[in-house]
Amino acid sequence: MPLGLLRFAMSKKHPEPRMFREPDALKAAYDVVIIGAGGHGLACAYYLARDYGITNVAVLEQGYIGGGNTGRNTTIVRSNYLTPEGVRFYDESVRLYKDLSEDFDLNLFYSERGHFTFAHTDSALSTMRWRAEVNKHMGIESEVVDRDTIQQACPELDLDCGGHLPVMGALYHAPGAVARHDAVAWGYGRGADQRGVEIHQKTRVTDIRVEGGKVVGVETDKGFVRTGKVVSAVAGFTPRITEMVGLRTPITIQPLQACVTEPLKPWLDTILVSATLHVYVSQSSRGELVMGSALDPYELHSTRSTLDFTESLSGHLLDMFPFLSEIKVNRQWAGMADMTPDFAPVMGRTPIDGFYLDSGWGTWGFKATPVCGKTMSYTVANDREHELIEPFGLSRFENYRLVGEKGAASVGH
Amino acid sequence: MTDVPARLPARSGEWIDRDRVVEFRFEGQVYRGYAGDTVTSALVAAGRRTLGRSFKYHRQRGVLSLANHDVNVMVDDGQRTNLRADVLPISAGLELQAVNTKGGLTGDRHRHINRMAKLLPVGFYYKTFHRPRRLFPFWERRIRALAGLGTIKRDAPRVETPKRYDFCDVLVIGAGPTGLSAALAAANNGAQVVIADENARAGGSLTHQWAGDAEAVEIRERLLSAVDAHENIDLRTGTTAAGYYADNWVALVDDIRLSKMRAGQVIVASGCFEQPAVFHGNDLPGVMLGSGAQRLLHRYAVRPFQRAVILAANSDAYRLALDLVAAGIEVATIADLRTEGETGPLAERVTAEGVVVRRGCGVYEAHADKNGELSGVVVAPVTAEGEFDLGRQESISCDGLLMSVGWTPAANLLYQAGTKMDYADAVQQFVPAELPDNVHAAGRVNGVHDLRQQLADGERAGLAASLALGLYSGEVPEQPRHEGGSPNHPYPIFDHPKGKNFVDFDEDLQLKDLLNACQEGFDNIELMKRYSTVGMGPSQGKHSNMNAVRILARHRGQSIMATGTTTARPYFHPVPLKLLAGRSFNPERRTSLHEWHRAADARFVHVGDWLRPEVYGAADTNRPLNELVLKEVTAVRRAVGLIDVGTLGKLDIRGPDAAEFLERIYTGRFSNVKHGRMTLALRCDESGVVTDDGIAARFAGDHFYVTASTTRSGAVLQDMQHWLMRWGLDATVVNATGHFAAMNLAGPYSRHVLAELTSADISDDSLPFGGVATATVAGVPARLMRVGFVGELGFEIHVPAQFGPAVWERVMAAGKQFDICPFGVEAQRILRLEKGIPIVGQDSDGLTNPFEMDMGWALAMSKPFFIGQRSLQILQRRGAERVLAGFSLPRDGNAAQVRESHLVIRDGEIVGRVTSVAYSPTLDRIIGLAYVAPAQNLPESTVKIRADGGVLRSATVERLPFYDPDDLAQAGVASLQEVS
Ligand SMILES: Cc1cc2nc3c(=O)[nH]c(=O)nc-3n(C[C@H](O)[C@H](O)[C@H](O)COP(=O)(O)OP(=O)(O)OC[C@H]3O[C@@H](n4cnc5c(N)ncnc54)[C@H](O)[C@@H]3O)c2cc1C
Repeated sequence: MPLGLLRFAMSKKHPEPRMFREPDALKAAYDVVIIGAGGHGLACAYYLARDYGITNVAVLEQGYIGGGNTGRNTTIVRSNYLTPEGVRFYDESVRLYKDLSEDFDLNLFYSERGHFTFAHTDSALSTMRWRAEVNKHMGIESEVVDRDTIQQACPELDLDCGGHLPVMGALYHAPGAVARHDAVAWGYGRGADQRGVEIHQKTRVTDIRVEGGKVVGVETDKGFVRTGKVVSAVAGFTPRITEMVGLRTPITIQPLQACVTEPLKPWLDTILVSATLHVYVSQSSRGELVMGSALDPYELHSTRSTLDFTESLSGHLLDMFPFLSEIKVNRQWAGMADMTPDFAPVMGRTPIDGFYLDSGWGTWGFKATPVCGKTMSYTVANDREHELIEPFGLSRFENYRLVGEKGAASVGH
Repeated sequence: MTDVPARLPARSGEWIDRDRVVEFRFEGQVYRGYAGDTVTSALVAAGRRTLGRSFKYHRQRGVLSLANHDVNVMVDDGQRTNLRADVLPISAGLELQAVNTKGGLTGDRHRHINRMAKLLPVGFYYKTFHRPRRLFPFWERRIRALAGLGTIKRDAPRVETPKRYDFCDVLVIGAGPTGLSAALAAANNGAQVVIADENARAGGSLTHQWAGDAEAVEIRERLLSAVDAHENIDLRTGTTAAGYYADNWVALVDDIRLSKMRAGQVIVASGCFEQPAVFHGNDLPGVMLGSGAQRLLHRYAVRPFQRAVILAANSDAYRLALDLVAAGIEVATIADLRTEGETGPLAERVTAEGVVVRRGCGVYEAHADKNGELSGVVVAPVTAEGEFDLGRQESISCDGLLMSVGWTPAANLLYQAGTKMDYADAVQQFVPAELPDNVHAAGRVNGVHDLRQQLADGERAGLAASLALGLYSGEVPEQPRHEGGSPNHPYPIFDHPKGKNFVDFDEDLQLKDLLNACQEGFDNIELMKRYSTVGMGPSQGKHSNMNAVRILARHRGQSIMATGTTTARPYFHPVPLKLLAGRSFNPERRTSLHEWHRAADARFVHVGDWLRPEVYGAADTNRPLNELVLKEVTAVRRAVGLIDVGTLGKLDIRGPDAAEFLERIYTGRFSNVKHGRMTLALRCDESGVVTDDGIAARFAGDHFYVTASTTRSGAVLQDMQHWLMRWGLDATVVNATGHFAAMNLAGPYSRHVLAELTSADISDDSLPFGGVATATVAGVPARLMRVGFVGELGFEIHVPAQFGPAVWERVMAAGKQFDICPFGVEAQRILRLEKGIPIVGQDSDGLTNPFEMDMGWALAMSKPFFIGQRSLQILQRRGAERVLAGFSLPRDGNAAQVRESHLVIRDGEIVGRVTSVAYSPTLDRIIGLAYVAPAQNLPESTVKIRADGGVLRSATVERLPFYDPDDLAQAGVASLQEVS
């Protein structure tokens, strides 16, 4: 047992302070208002305060800290994307993640498990090779591996998947990791709070006031707040916010579902993904199998679950691991994914002066939390895009400079 | 073990069959019970009290609720794990172990963790193990090994189960008094009713809580026989309503199958979960819920202890006391938390039995004997604020402590259905305030606790459901109002300096853990849940959520309503993967020619759901595959070959607006396509990205026949139907993919072969390249199309699927004189590559526009509209930033191999990638397609490709097509001399 735990036995009173204060009321004005206390909003606040000394900041959250997609995702972190722009960006995020537990002094259970994306067809194998080639070119650990290598990493796997669609090979990404999603939000929240940022939970932004093309403040269910800078980091709620400022984006909302089994003693050490079987799975530190599938194929602003999701997921999981037949699914849930046509995010300034977007995170934004905080805070502080996010501007949909991550995102997360 | 010491004499209504003794093993020891026993009841009957170990501290645990979610006791039977012993029936030969022990239940080597509890406060794992970073993997392994419950069985078989689609007018969830009376009311109005109840037998609380009451038993028998006799009612016991989904779609789970029930009306009569009180030692084996003890007594005739103390806060406790006394158990005292206690006839009867009632008293702590099991309690007066007057404490020895302090609604499905719940002060519980349409709630889940009122409330719900179905037009009575005191104590939670007062048994959370979570800022219900993990265990908080809400509300000084609840998500109980999966359904599509291919030793490849021959004769392992493919290629180039193209999507589009429809969907011109001609059908999405291609043949003014690629035809069809509806055009799309067998006869001698089978004129004059016709081929009506995918004279022959094999055989026979050769997709890929024809999806990606594939010629930019046109106008102005180019490499066995997806590198930067590459037997060199910068697309210049092992190879850019640049072969004008 680490000695650090002794202090809990020594002291009579629980020796821990609040992670985040509960500010009484909104101030009349802030330098920056961030909408959404998910990982992204809180990370932006944290780096604004830490790196730029901008602390007169309010993070407004309609629910509770991390209660959006941050608390619903399946926590896969990786950087083996398909485009150079994407790879560069996510790689920076992975680098930040590795140090985050120490930076925060909060254990995020950042656990490098190794990430396999299966290819069941020749054409999939070819796409894997494409990704591996791009990744290697960019200095990312990423390679196409054969069946034997997969079997060694996961002896339990039925590589033939019950006889149909055998696994032919995989893209292997050693740094692929999982982490405790809530803790990421809490770590950023605590760090921001300690530096003076106010986090207002149960405070909903109902409108954004724009005058002469410039943001002047936000309306909330607790009153009006003056500010010249608003960052929208609301993931599945993005269309509702952009509507407030009359901004058109190609973002659509589609449900993304997930489920967990009951806790089991550890047996699965890697993260396995099969886009063909529409299933990905890892085992959490609590012992649950955390599983997900492809997006629901329609627009819907709701977090309801469906039965067909667990039905088809279970079938495919058993194709891979037939011996799990009697293992039980404990809980299922859904989040609202903010999808873009090219599966890359929409970030940076917008035609409205003082209105910044951190959006289009779809099914893949958890891994980007640290780098989003870094780059959005830079962008807000300097009123100029950080170079890493330049390719992700909203204007690319008018200029036809799409980023093309579809082949690497979707079920891969 | 011969006798069963705790078993009571036979009683009416018991669930066991005393004529059938069943022997099983638990933790290596042999036990006997009766058929009908659960593992828990049989073990308790045998005198065992400690039945499991807890999740985190490995504390000894016994029966808590026996209410089908008692996760204190979970077992492993060697095949399955995490089985709830309170629902698992015993059967002969069962060999069980408790889960989550190291070296067995008694000697569990992890039991010392209990003594280290102080070191492991709430969320301890967030606070350490991460410094230094390199040690985290070491700690992580240890933490992971301690977490988890059961162990997987690596050699367990895949179990396939049936599934059922079900329908009914009214689904009643819960077969207690409320549910039964609701079902009868609806069925009497003519509704088809299904009742689902998770228990082995119907009756609900009438089989435990009320089972000692003669009048209640009579009601039970009356209801059950009426239900039994009713032809409109289908009563399903052992069936859990596991989840509620949109539009009354309810997952019903039994041992065998998942039934997907679409119910006209859903009546939730699922009752309540009894809730524990929170005090020091409330988890010791011997401490249980009152209703748990009543289940043991009435269902299994088991007397779990000799001398009991009851911690009470409602009248249920007094009925319990009478049941215990009747079973010969001494009730040492009732400690009633209410200062006013219980009044009325029930209390009088209890007093008459000589039971001492201590009003305004609670249990300060429970003690264990040396075996770690309950041996006594300290009872003391307690104020409404939970302050004990320890000066007046009294120690009472007992081996049973029953908690009867309140209930919380089993409202999981109501929440999932979107019900708004309010906290009702009169009953101190959440009750439905606003129900969705076609969903009803009745009985205790609705806040109705009195038995007779429950019958009335059930009837009300049954009538309301009948009304909604149009089967009833009378009055629906008002919901009964609760009278008397609250059945639920508002705060049965007591602090203790030594803790071990558990709020969550699944997760081993004590009161202080939740308070500490609050202290750390996790003081709203969702954050508290996430930080402390309260309610996240296998029972999903059925015993803990409500107490957590109460603790938080008091901590914050706010109402329960303002505190709120967490979301109740499916499933009600965990559901085995096998039941959700059912039988694996992996559709595999075969063309009508499949058997022929098999007989010809084809090696098959999956293309979407379809199986297609990749190459023939592959069973002959002496010949390398490569050689077989090259043989097929050569046959097509030199003589004639035949390929099955039946997997192509085939869409019949008819109607006055058919041409107009295609104009909008595809990039080319269709209105001016003459009858008997075809044209390329290229599709883009709104952003101008190429999404599919095929051909569109016009057989009549209002009839087009369009093909789509094998894997995308489903999506194409769906999209077409979508747009047809949006545009309101007068045309129909029929998916004819499966209706037709299709084959492509290609090669210099193809016309010779076809001519033997048809009397139609297939000369260049009447069927030129790009021409289509209907004709009779081998006596079968066929659609003929002159196409050129492989770059040779060729005919596609589409015939009704059932005639496919016959026509194929006839073609093969007619081609014999020319050494006709069937060819597979491998050869086809090489053939088309030689001809420089890109395949959408292989030679394009999610961003490729037609200009990049040199297909600008296929865009009718001047027509009024087509999907993607606006984007393409912009892209056209900008010009392509990469282009698909042909390249070649000398054949060199020693050089690093170039494969698909290898990158094209210029000045150290990625400019593109190889999309296709293969050895061309016709040209005797390696040829391929790759994206390059437009400036690089100069024939005879070189580009660098990063090949295997990172080796940069120089490839020569070539003009496309590689083969037959003047299209003489497909026009059929190439000379036959040299090949014959
Ligand atoms: C099931 C699922 C699985 C996923 N798996 C992965 C994965 O494995 N790896 C990965 O990288 N990504 C994954 N993702 C995606 C990832 O979860 C998200 O992209 C990411 O969490 C977005 O974080 P965020 O902070 O931007 O948004 P969120 O965490 O959603 O936070 C937005 C917050 O804004 C608040 N808000 C919205 N509107 C308002 C308003 N008007 N006023 C005030 N507050 C408002 C919301 O309440 C919410 O708390 C997954 C997503 C889902 C749903």
